[in-house]
Amino acid sequence: MSEIGEAAKVVGLREAVAEIVRDGDSVALEGFTHLIPSAAGHEIIRQEKRDLTLIRMTPDLIYDQMIGMGCASKLVFSWGGNPGVGSLHRFRDAIENGWPNHLEIEEHSHAGMANRYVAGASNLPFAVMRGYVGTDLPRVTSTIKPITCPFTGEELMAVPALNPDVAIIHAQQADLRGNVALWGITGIQKEAALSARRVIVTVEEVVDEFVPQPFGIVLPSVAVDAVAVEPRGSHPSYADDYYDRDNVFYAAWDPIARDREKFRGWMERHVLGVETFTEHLRSIDKE
Amino acid sequence: MEQHAIGVGTVTDRLSSYRQRGSIALTGTVERDSYTTDEMMTVAASRELRDGVVCFVGIGLPSEAANLARATHAPDCFLVYESGTLGAKPDVLPLSIGDGVLAEHADSVVSVLEVFNYWLQAGRVDVGFLGAAQIDRFGNINTTVIGPYDDPKVRLPGAGGAPEIAASAKEVIVMLRHSPRAFVEELSFVTSVGYRHGGDSRKELGYSGNGPSVIITDLGVLRPDPETKEFTLTALHPGRTVDEASEATGWDLKVSDGVETTGAPTDEELRVLRELRERTERARGGQRA
Repeated sequence: MSEIGEAAKVVGLREAVAEIVRDGDSVALEGFTHLIPSAAGHEIIRQEKRDLTLIRMTPDLIYDQMIGMGCASKLVFSWGGNPGVGSLHRFRDAIENGWPNHLEIEEHSHAGMANRYVAGASNLPFAVMRGYVGTDLPRVTSTIKPITCPFTGEELMAVPALNPDVAIIHAQQADLRGNVALWGITGIQKEAALSARRVIVTVEEVVDEFVPQPFGIVLPSVAVDAVAVEPRGSHPSYADDYYDRDNVFYAAWDPIARDREKFRGWMERHVLGVETFTEHLRSIDKE
Repeated sequence: MEQHAIGVGTVTDRLSSYRQRGSIALTGTVERDSYTTDEMMTVAASRELRDGVVCFVGIGLPSEAANLARATHAPDCFLVYESGTLGAKPDVLPLSIGDGVLAEHADSVVSVLEVFNYWLQAGRVDVGFLGAAQIDRFGNINTTVIGPYDDPKVRLPGAGGAPEIAASAKEVIVMLRHSPRAFVEELSFVTSVGYRHGGDSRKELGYSGNGPSVIITDLGVLRPDPETKEFTLTALHPGRTVDEASEATGWDLKVSDGVETTGAPTDEELRVLRELRERTERARGGQRA
């Protein structure tokens, strides 16, 4: 996180990713269905970041693309599907066949991941929860361990804090001082941002002043390192009050991702072959 | 909302009294051929939901069933989606768990952490819906992997919210199409706990939820034996046979004495369900719901 009192800087996304995301980092791009930071994912792919530990509750299309392009050596997650459509084929191909590289996995439940972010944001070594007992998850995931309550003697489960090197989220707005406002379904983004060492936020637009929104949250600029303006930067996810989820794209992704060559070709045309996310959106509109 | 007032037993009692009322209302309705097996499954599941319960909903058939219930006999059913929407009232079916339509008319929108800790783990959820890739005779569920974990034949999406729903919802309704690949003798992986090894073995785990109360399939309805907790065929949907259900089950399926017949979907249930699907399809730009 930033030095106390240092306001977030509004910069270009390319510059932010180049400076803040390093090879070998653990990186959490969060956004629970809503406000997924797709533009930042593409920038990481274009800059060929490697050996990342990708952290995210629901890998979604954004991690399907990053895994398929070889950015990740490890994935920490809780649900890896294409919501309402089916499989994430690049995620599956990496786990089932080691393509394009071996992918180590560390899997939890949603509750486990959420509690791990909270412990990280709270500067605690672990979180305590009810769950996992009787399932096979503790057998395959070494970051789930039983713990005895020192007050009641009750057996519970402990999960270690998540403190990613970098958290990246997308929000509707930033103001001129670099404060960030998001509303609608805000998932686990606040906790992910506050658990991380460095934070990038992409936003739909910069405004002079926020208008309070129902269920909205504001992430103060002292908790943010860089803000980059990326209109429609969540596509095919959505940004409440800006644009809807592109459900047709989620369905169209299935046959693209199913085939390695088709996937590579699509990524070359629409991600590697463009300079910005705005260009990417134009290029997929044409096809 | 009456989640604080309802004891676990009472929920079940009220559910069964609803079922009886439901079947009375069903006589002389549409014929089997005029609805699909998925529609029958959705309708049967929706009837399990009593008005006023707090219901934790997943995407797909469970969401369809819960919203059918809300649009028919259970207008005050309080829907919770894991994306953080409390009291969601979607007018079209969400494709994903976090569609904007869920937040739009919700009573509140909270963080994912709050949904799991303050609502589910705290015991505020009466009924949870679960799907599965595989289920065993004691209602344990696999959504993680087919084959060995380290060298999987099929990598499935994983746990999501399911383990805690299975642990902490007072009761769980499972919806799953009947097939020998889904109803298996032994799971590849236990993602979410049902009645574990049967009998009282779930109780040793210390979970507040009572476990799965029913499995609704496209062929019929299975409920746990009160002693052994083994799931037993208790009802068949109209026109379905015990043989069909047995063949679609990978273990030696027990059949209760006097298997009932599910009431066919009423005209009203079908009308509301189809309208919901049509609205959804239009909203998704022509995609199938």
